[in-house]
Amino acid sequence: MTALVEVKGLDKAFGGVHAVEGVSFSVEAGQVYSVIGPNGAGKTTLFNLITGLYTPTKGEILLNGESTAKLEPNELAERGMCRTFQQMQICMNMTAIENVMLGRHLQLKSSLFTTLFRLPSLRRNEAAARKRAAELMEYVGCGEYLDTEASAMSYGALKRLEIARALAAEPKVILLDEPAAGLNAVETAALEDLIRKIADQGTTVMLVEHDMKLVMGISDRLLVLNYGRVLAEGTPEEIRQNPDVIAAYLGG
Amino acid sequence: MLNTFMQSRLRGLVVLALILIILPAFLGNPFHYELVTQMAIIAATVVGLNLLVGFAGQISLGHAGFFGLGAYFTGIATGTYGWSSVPALVVGAIVVGFIAWIVGRPILRLKGHYLSMATLAVGFIIAIILNNERALTGGPDGMPVPAFEVFGWQLSAFGSYSLFGIEIEGFQAWYIFASAVLLVAVWFALNLIESPIGRALRSVHGSEVAASVVGVNTAKYKSLVFVISAIYASLMGSLYAHFQGFITPAVASFEFSILFITMVVLGGMGSTFGVILGAVVLKLLPQVLADFQELEHVMFGLILMLTMIFMPKGLLPTLTAFVSKRMRKKAGGEA
Repeated sequence: MTALVEVKGLDKAFGGVHAVEGVSFSVEAGQVYSVIGPNGAGKTTLFNLITGLYTPTKGEILLNGESTAKLEPNELAERGMCRTFQQMQICMNMTAIENVMLGRHLQLKSSLFTTLFRLPSLRRNEAAARKRAAELMEYVGCGEYLDTEASAMSYGALKRLEIARALAAEPKVILLDEPAAGLNAVETAALEDLIRKIADQGTTVMLVEHDMKLVMGISDRLLVLNYGRVLAEGTPEEIRQNPDVIAAYLGG
Repeated sequence: MLNTFMQSRLRGLVVLALILIILPAFLGNPFHYELVTQMAIIAATVVGLNLLVGFAGQISLGHAGFFGLGAYFTGIATGTYGWSSVPALVVGAIVVGFIAWIVGRPILRLKGHYLSMATLAVGFIIAIILNNERALTGGPDGMPVPAFEVFGWQLSAFGSYSLFGIEIEGFQAWYIFASAVLLVAVWFALNLIESPIGRALRSVHGSEVAASVVGVNTAKYKSLVFVISAIYASLMGSLYAHFQGFITPAVASFEFSILFITMVVLGGMGSTFGVILGAVVLKLLPQVLADFQELEHVMFGLILMLTMIFMPKGLLPTLTAFVSKRMRKKAGGEA
């Protein structure tokens, strides 16, 4: 079985600083794969490289066996990759449901002519997209906000909204960058259930997270970064017993 | 029934149509008609510009250049070469759209306000060409433009026509024509905004990164909306040339570009009906303040600044928010 996401010898330097250095790993389809490490370890940089927002200095990323070197983020989305952000990226000039419907952009191709005259086919597709978006908002737990302006929503609701938008794109692999940051214990528990649900439906999940309880509970495999390098890689059990990790991060 | 109407997406369009139908009752003389017809043509232009500025968040400081190109293309094609109006208008729009595409393509791949610089330059270049190509454009003295004509039927501000048995003057016929054009322009804009394309455009403004990770090709959409707004300007420029019957390079001037932007900002960026209000207010202002004509530019600058500071959302959105707040308060007080 080939890996869904494969990273080989990845390097990213900002000036003289190597944010990510010689990182290799692979993620199998259907896994929950988490990246952990102290602040500044290069986790978000790694996500930005994988999703095409940054260009690697060295190394290679394969998505379904295809090199992503020349692909823009939107072309990666076409190939089934979507993500959320640590610094949330929500379109504040739209309502909540429009943000989620934006996630269905790739499924909603309509010509300029159809659009200008608002032909019945467009109306049908829009109604279907709206229905699907409402379902997804219900699914992630922000169903009560449908036509609320995004700018009027709470932080926790926006975090879930961002996940709904990513799911609307029907990705093969979804990358969640610190989804639990800023959430309280109850919200974090709800998030854990949500990630499990997403994974159970066959979507591969990659996760950057600080909440160790959350990560250890739901991950199939973990990657531990420290100063941009791989400190350890393995199942939660292996990571928990790895002496390097205990020394550097878990605090033995 | 009234309630469902008030929630329908086209209620604004219906209200606008009603205003345009009732308005002639308040128009006393040909000068009033001329002013309102100009307003309608310019309002349609800024509705197009608003797609770019208000919804996609890209600034063009050279839209009068496209407006002027449309006007001169029509003037030269129909006046000098004897084309019919509609082919001149359509070919002009295609040419202008192509120029916008060429200008926008390399620039819109970049983030930030490079487009405003580039359009500023393009606007100046167009104005300079129109001023200097005397053989073609008549230079600073301008050129006459024949009346609008379809299949031998002419629409002239000085003619007289019969519409469903009612005798109307040419300036009234032009008013009806320009109103219809404005309504169509607004309808297209509303349809565009409330569609997957419209969401993609707004997402470019809201968060370019979010747009790209869900698969929006941001460069493509920015370029598309820039071309669409340029085509709006070109088509309206063509109509303006026919209506005025005479054009000078002032239609492509930097001042005119700034006027367009001021209309968008004052009326309300991202509010299709707001920018129409902006166009009306800024078209009326020089009439009201005719005694202070030399201060016109200062006034526009001041309006732009004060709007940015005190009502960044613009006139119409601010008013709507104020009214609905008052109504909610009132309803709350009664309950």
